Amino acid sequence: MLTILFDGIAYGMLLFVLACGLSITLGLMNFVNLAHGAFAMAGGYVTVILMNRYGVSFYLCLPAAFVATALIGAALEVTLYRRLYRASHLDQVLFSIGLVFMAIAAADYFMGGQQQLINLPDELRGRFDVFGIGIGRSRLFVIVICAILAVALQLALTRTRFGSQLRAAVDDGRVARGLGINVSTIFVLTFALGSGLAGLGGALGADMLGLDPNFPLKFLIYFMIVVTVGGTSSITGPFIAALLLGIADVAGKYYLPQAGAFIIYAVMILVLILRPNGLFTREGGR
Amino acid sequence: MSHQMEALALLNAKRRWRVWEIALWLVAIAAIFLLPSQLLILTEIVILALFAVSLDLILGYAGIVSLGHTAFFGLGAYAAGILARDYVTEPVTGLLFAGLVSGLFGLATSFLVLRGSDLTRLMTTFGVAMLLAEVGNQAAWLTGGADGLSGMSMGPILGLFEFDLWGRTGYVYCLVVLIALTYIARRIVNSPFGLSLMAIKRNPRRAAMLGISPKRRIVVVYAISAAYAGMAGALLAQTTNFVSPDVLAFHRSADVLLVLVIGGAGYLYGGIFGAIIFTLLRDWLSVATPQYWMFWIGLILVAIVMIGRERLTGWPALLAARLKGKTEEAAK
Repeated sequence: MLTILFDGIAYGMLLFVLACGLSITLGLMNFVNLAHGAFAMAGGYVTVILMNRYGVSFYLCLPAAFVATALIGAALEVTLYRRLYRASHLDQVLFSIGLVFMAIAAADYFMGGQQQLINLPDELRGRFDVFGIGIGRSRLFVIVICAILAVALQLALTRTRFGSQLRAAVDDGRVARGLGINVSTIFVLTFALGSGLAGLGGALGADMLGLDPNFPLKFLIYFMIVVTVGGTSSITGPFIAALLLGIADVAGKYYLPQAGAFIIYAVMILVLILRPNGLFTREGGR
Repeated sequence: MSHQMEALALLNAKRRWRVWEIALWLVAIAAIFLLPSQLLILTEIVILALFAVSLDLILGYAGIVSLGHTAFFGLGAYAAGILARDYVTEPVTGLLFAGLVSGLFGLATSFLVLRGSDLTRLMTTFGVAMLLAEVGNQAAWLTGGADGLSGMSMGPILGLFEFDLWGRTGYVYCLVVLIALTYIARRIVNSPFGLSLMAIKRNPRRAAMLGISPKRRIVVVYAISAAYAGMAGALLAQTTNFVSPDVLAFHRSADVLLVLVIGGAGYLYGGIFGAIIFTLLRDWLSVATPQYWMFWIGLILVAIVMIGRERLTGWPALLAARLKGKTEEAAK
């Protein structure tokens, strides 16, 4: 019972790291980026290639995945995304679906359609018991990393100069520009950060979630649930939503396997009916 | 009074049949005799066209962006399939039944698209489609689960026309349905109701102030569109004698959006032109690069958005304006 809770928390933490980039682009920058999962997949594949082909240590692969996907994200932001911030939602949807299709086909072309496996280092394998709770080492590792990231993100957004500049740029780009804030640089950096985090999540989760070319579509719904249910005004909302989703999903799969993913979709729709702007929102936000 | 006359004149002008419309249908009918070996792919085009027309009703006329329109398509396919397998094998009954089921489901879920922003709508439509896909997958006793629904054999249409091996009857059947439904859709969008929908799309608040109730109209058009999509699904199930769980997959919702975007939303025929272009393109790509055609479809989507939809799909209007300008110049 508590083991399930533990696994659920690990899963939820992972979902948070994967989705928090989306909560920034979608929530704060108001860009419907359905291609977010593609960045996570890119991070996962970077890890797989580095580890299995070049024998790089898993711990070094994580920052490498972050940097690589952040660079991809920055490049795409400058070349493509930037032009669409003002476009209609339909255009953004079409554009990002197009990117997802391209990413899936490209992953299939370069890496093949099969499930990718990675070999975690020995100290992350197996599980140990604490008061009868089976704790998987790799899951504990995921939880620790994600918790650090969550705290760091929260602090970065609320306490640093960059965080306040970002919030200003998002709330009113024109005024922010007038105050001497370089809005487009901020957006590039933010987008890169969000994609990098997705990549890091993909690398961390390559073991737990599995990795194959269909990853972006398979987990798209989870990301969207986290963001829409969590609301977009802060990091806390998506964080709680991700934890709840993780626990509910793991518990649901364990106790009611025949119901499948049915429960979480139903809950999402219900939440959206009752609170169209998410569970945790600030008034007057957009 | 004069405003009324103006509106009536506008509607009448819109209602008039254009030469190219009639030409399009004549070509489609001629294809029965001219392209007897291509009837299967033509049938596919017709079904996709009907599906796209149904999306156009809500996207092009009411401005609702749906990421899960395939929910209705798949529901219709399953409804027609199950009816044919267990009860009645007559196709037209199945078609109407599927339309009814999907339409009712559309009516029931329409309140989901009334609230919230574009994003909420995207999510709820997407969620409904995923939910149905999950149900279709889990309720194996009814739908055949992941193996798909098979074991139905369609009876002759109206008890008169037997389906043949070459897909000729199937094509004629689908084409007749498409023509009839497009005609009805044409009547709907060129009525005062259609005009009021476009007013809502432009500016819902203003429309509401003019005394047009957005909610009721959106509910109605959403249900009609759902019924259309359901009938398209039924056509697919009846002509292939099989329903795969793929009918509820996300990529179908994306495909139909792409179809409509290629053809241009908001004039009904966009779906038909888009379906022709999309199917031929996909056919050609999947022969050229069997496994990776998805990449090129994605690239096309990105390119379309980058170039700008208006510039691409506005070409008939642009061309018309050009020609008009030229003739006027010539007249001078």
